[in-house]
Amino acid sequence: MRGRYLPVAAFAGLIVAIQMATHFTGSGYHLTQLTMSAYYSLLAIGLCLLVGYAGQISLGHAGFFAIGGYITALLTTHDLSSRAGGASRWLAKAGILSFRIDLYGGELLTVHPWVACLVAVLATVGIAYAVGGPVLKLKGHYLAMATLGFGVIIYRIVLGTEFLGAADGISEVPPFAILPGLEVSGKAALRVPNYYLAWGLVIAGMVLLLNLIHSREGRALSSIHGAEDAAEAMGIPTARYKLSAFALSAAFAGLAGVLLTHYNGGIGPSEASVMKSVRYVAIVAIGGMANLWGTLLMSLLLNYLSLRGYFGTYDDAVFGAILILIMLFAPGGLLRRDLLEEVRDVFRGNGEKAS
Amino acid sequence: MNPDLFFQYVVAGITYGTIYAVVAIGFNIIYNATGIINFAQGEFVMLGGMTAVTLSRFLPLPVAILGAVAVTTVIGAVIDILFIRWLRGPSVLRMIIITIGVSILVREAALHVWGESVRALPYFTGTSVTSIKMGNVYISPQVLWVVGVSAVAVVALSAFFNYTMLGRQMRACAANRDAARLCGISAKNMVTLSFMLSAGIGAIGGAVVCPITYVQYDSGTPLAIKGFTVAILGGIGNSAAAVGAGMILGILESFSIWVLPAAYKEVISISLLLLILFIRPSGIFGSAEEARLKEF
Repeated sequence: MRGRYLPVAAFAGLIVAIQMATHFTGSGYHLTQLTMSAYYSLLAIGLCLLVGYAGQISLGHAGFFAIGGYITALLTTHDLSSRAGGASRWLAKAGILSFRIDLYGGELLTVHPWVACLVAVLATVGIAYAVGGPVLKLKGHYLAMATLGFGVIIYRIVLGTEFLGAADGISEVPPFAILPGLEVSGKAALRVPNYYLAWGLVIAGMVLLLNLIHSREGRALSSIHGAEDAAEAMGIPTARYKLSAFALSAAFAGLAGVLLTHYNGGIGPSEASVMKSVRYVAIVAIGGMANLWGTLLMSLLLNYLSLRGYFGTYDDAVFGAILILIMLFAPGGLLRRDLLEEVRDVFRGNGEKAS
Repeated sequence: MNPDLFFQYVVAGITYGTIYAVVAIGFNIIYNATGIINFAQGEFVMLGGMTAVTLSRFLPLPVAILGAVAVTTVIGAVIDILFIRWLRGPSVLRMIIITIGVSILVREAALHVWGESVRALPYFTGTSVTSIKMGNVYISPQVLWVVGVSAVAVVALSAFFNYTMLGRQMRACAANRDAARLCGISAKNMVTLSFMLSAGIGAIGGAVVCPITYVQYDSGTPLAIKGFTVAILGGIGNSAAAVGAGMILGILESFSIWVLPAAYKEVISISLLLLILFIRPSGIFGSAEEARLKEF
């Protein structure tokens, strides 16, 4: 038990150390990208459960991220005050709708972010269940193509739909006041609390997933990855477990989408693009597939570097190259002790151990 | 709807359907040789179009197209030699991710070489408004070029597989790799050859269709998904059925504009893909029995 939480504590220490370092060097602006990369990491660790542990590839997770983000963006920006009848006044009193002042001083009546967040995450999970049911019956190339297809459908819908802002996306999404004095927003004054909030959520997600993979359910998922027929023969309801893992990873993606949308104050169709989905898979792959910590650390590093613009115009190419290099030379990921041995194995020609 | 408009839609559908069929045949060639679905298949079509446009600036059109096909074929071989040939018994997941990575690299390379601008070859005969009147239907000569050239390519390909030694060796490899190797056929060379053929036929399709559809660095991915839809619809590995399936998808897409705005055209074809995968993954022309024996 203690062994499991030691890395969690160490990681929390790392997060604090990074904040301290930016504080003392006066480079607090780095925290903005680090907060954003926390939300992408939330998606990445969820995907790690699905791809790494359950062995089900998804090339459509940016779709779930976008579903979460777009629903919250739509609900919190769509003005209902023109339709303010008795029902909406009652809803406002119950806290489901809330009034706020827009940029030009007009009064807006929109859905409260808490409610929007809840609806968004529930909708994401609902869609994941609906799509996952038939999709997860597929294997190999078919599963990859079907999830890719799902991702492209979501991308085309958000890109082609007028009230979702088409190519511009939805902007002016209000801050998400989680507690009095603590809101998810990109305001410079709230940089530090937002940074801790985001990474706190990631750590909570990690604890959840770490417990899950070491539980009966987690072992069942690993057995599905190893040999699905054998798992089925042992009495594991494989279809149900795969679907639950899919829905849980979609919930992580949806929540990440909701929070990052409030943090950035908007969302655009590029968040739903195939390249984003591939990028998340690349992060899981370089982290070592069935390796939550590897995925988390690589996500922190790569998302941060990418968001700071270190890869310049080669951003997508870098992720493509990483994907190929890892899969060619180290299909077990980078953060392992026996890495060199495996690379040697690949060259000797028996490198199929790790995947 | 009057019958003339109806036929006009059918002609548009056949044009696009031809290209989808060409992409699907490209998928099938590599699948038959290796059991891999090459996710970079659409990129070959894009490369064919882009290279032809560039070469046509200083070469006569037919030479430029042949040059583009040659260049793409070489790229196909290079991809196999660099990323696939030397792996031993790689898992399906690994191959999927590698070919996706390749497609990203090709696309990004195209972005850096050609930029984001949309390009096109000139119409092979006449201009974009030239048309041949058939009854009450107007057909652009380029449509005939697309269908004609693709048909010749497909016939040539099937002649190659049926009547040449090399083609038969490839089929032997597809049928039973170990037995073929025992007969002295180099399976690895056959895989490289399959990548070359697949790249070549994709490039031909890309070059003939780009006067109509235009070509851009990222036009490969949608083509790959639709080509895959067609390959599945026809039953994977079955190239004759892919032609019929290509027509079905092309025409369906062309008529979908009635029901939904053009922006959702892709949603229709991908929903069809999902539907086939869920209901009948062996394809409408394939046998379910046979599909169960394949790897996935």
